[in-house]
Amino acid sequence: MTAGTEGGLSHAAAEAVARRSYGKLVAYLAQRTRDVAAAEDALSDAFAAALADWPASGIPRQPEAWLLAVARRKAVDAARRRHTSEAAVAEIRLMAEEIESNRASAPEIPDERLALMFACAHPALDASIRAPLILQTILGFDAATIASAFLVAPSTMGQRLVRAKQKIALAGIPFRLPEHADLPDRLGAVLEAIYATFTEGWSDPAGTEARRRNLAEEGIWLGRLVASLMPGEPEALGLLALMLYADARRAARRDAQGDYVPLAEQDSAQWDADLIAEAEALLRAAGARQTLGRYQLEAAIQSAHVVRRLTGRADWEAIEMLYGALAALTGSPVVAINRAVAIAETRGPAAGLAALDTLNDNPQLTAYQPYWAARAGLLARTGALQEADRAYELAIGLESDPAVRRFLQGARERLSA
Amino acid sequence: MQYLLMIYNDEERARAIPKDDMNKMLPAFTAYTEALKKAGILLGGNRLQFSNNATTVRIQDGKTKVLNGPYAEAKEQLGGYYLIDVPDMDSALSWAARCPGANYGTVEVRPIWQMQ
Repeated sequence: MTAGTEGGLSHAAAEAVARRSYGKLVAYLAQRTRDVAAAEDALSDAFAAALADWPASGIPRQPEAWLLAVARRKAVDAARRRHTSEAAVAEIRLMAEEIESNRASAPEIPDERLALMFACAHPALDASIRAPLILQTILGFDAATIASAFLVAPSTMGQRLVRAKQKIALAGIPFRLPEHADLPDRLGAVLEAIYATFTEGWSDPAGTEARRRNLAEEGIWLGRLVASLMPGEPEALGLLALMLYADARRAARRDAQGDYVPLAEQDSAQWDADLIAEAEALLRAAGARQTLGRYQLEAAIQSAHVVRRLTGRADWEAIEMLYGALAALTGSPVVAINRAVAIAETRGPAAGLAALDTLNDNPQLTAYQPYWAARAGLLARTGALQEADRAYELAIGLESDPAVRRFLQGARERLSA
Repeated sequence: MQYLLMIYNDEERARAIPKDDMNKMLPAFTAYTEALKKAGILLGGNRLQFSNNATTVRIQDGKTKVLNGPYAEAKEQLGGYYLIDVPDMDSALSWAARCPGANYGTVEVRPIWQMQ
């Protein structure tokens, strides 16, 4: 049992454990019926009962069996209210017997969460609903919480989740691992949904909004789940490594005044050595499989950054090369910006600017803060101060995080100092 | 579960296909139909005449209105369909991907409304 606060376990700790168990039960129940909504209904009372009971009496030894027993008892109660006929009596007796036999043997509930995640991230569902669906079915978050994390109106999010669950049932989306040939693409969709969860949480770097900060933790938890269930999939390991590298630097991203500290200026002593070690081990395990992918490349870039804590300098040559590979793989203009920044470190700011110039005709980038911030920084280093000033102004105008805005304003002011 | 695979294609382009090329495409459909039959999942299927041969009917204010042409004047029109019975969506999608119609048009996969 987890150590509690005064008066027993904290509500948050009970909730966290209940969430961990919740998904396994939704997956177990829904796999038989393909009816996620019905499985959630059956469990929602049990979940509420757990939150009421566990903080006072402690977390049961088998939280899943506890939740399942309560859910089944509620189902029996509901059946009793519904039916009066002879047939219903038989049905109730059957369910009651099942509860008894479960209590006696407490069989291990099979873990079908991976199958549920593949259903939630199925290509037949809209990409933007996959991460919310995983958060709801695997972790039991309500629509309002998910809506606020993804900046969507709660009623809209609720409706979209209901429709997605209906489609899973009506279109016959299966609850199982995809065929071998489909696995890379389909796993990619699952990992993308998990990474979306993490980055939604990450976009509140100061961690002032508890909901968002938790979402980053949930993303890591889901990443750990998939990596443990599919230890032979290098991209699953790569994604977990990537998230852990980022999480290791969480404390260093803000100074004592709450101001933004860019990666290159962070105090590496503040990085979490344990998380970095875990990430490095995951990345090595992934690399041994000899199948490169997006997340492994991104994690490797993080690894080349954090090597600074040992050598005093990031491995910019490796970073440039890795961003080049990532750009070739994804064709992403955002990756190309980062590559240009790396080029500025390996071959000088003028070369970096030349690399940025090749992206000029991309209309997406003209409204993208990091493009202008990178441009401003490189222009300043080449001595083109007026142009740098204009680029900083655009970057500041496009930034939504006040701490980053302050940082950019400071950099802009230093141009004329 | 039952699914309807609806093959949509650009009729202008289909009309422009030379007869020789069309004759090469037809055996692919025959082979696909045979494969569906062999798998024991085919419930029905047909190729449709071009949509200029379609007629729509609706009743408005008690009057039957008959109009020439398809329901929607789109560039891509329904050109044929297969009705199949497979275990789940993934299976339906993999059969849809094998359909020769997916190579030059679009195959829409729709679950059949199950009557209780």
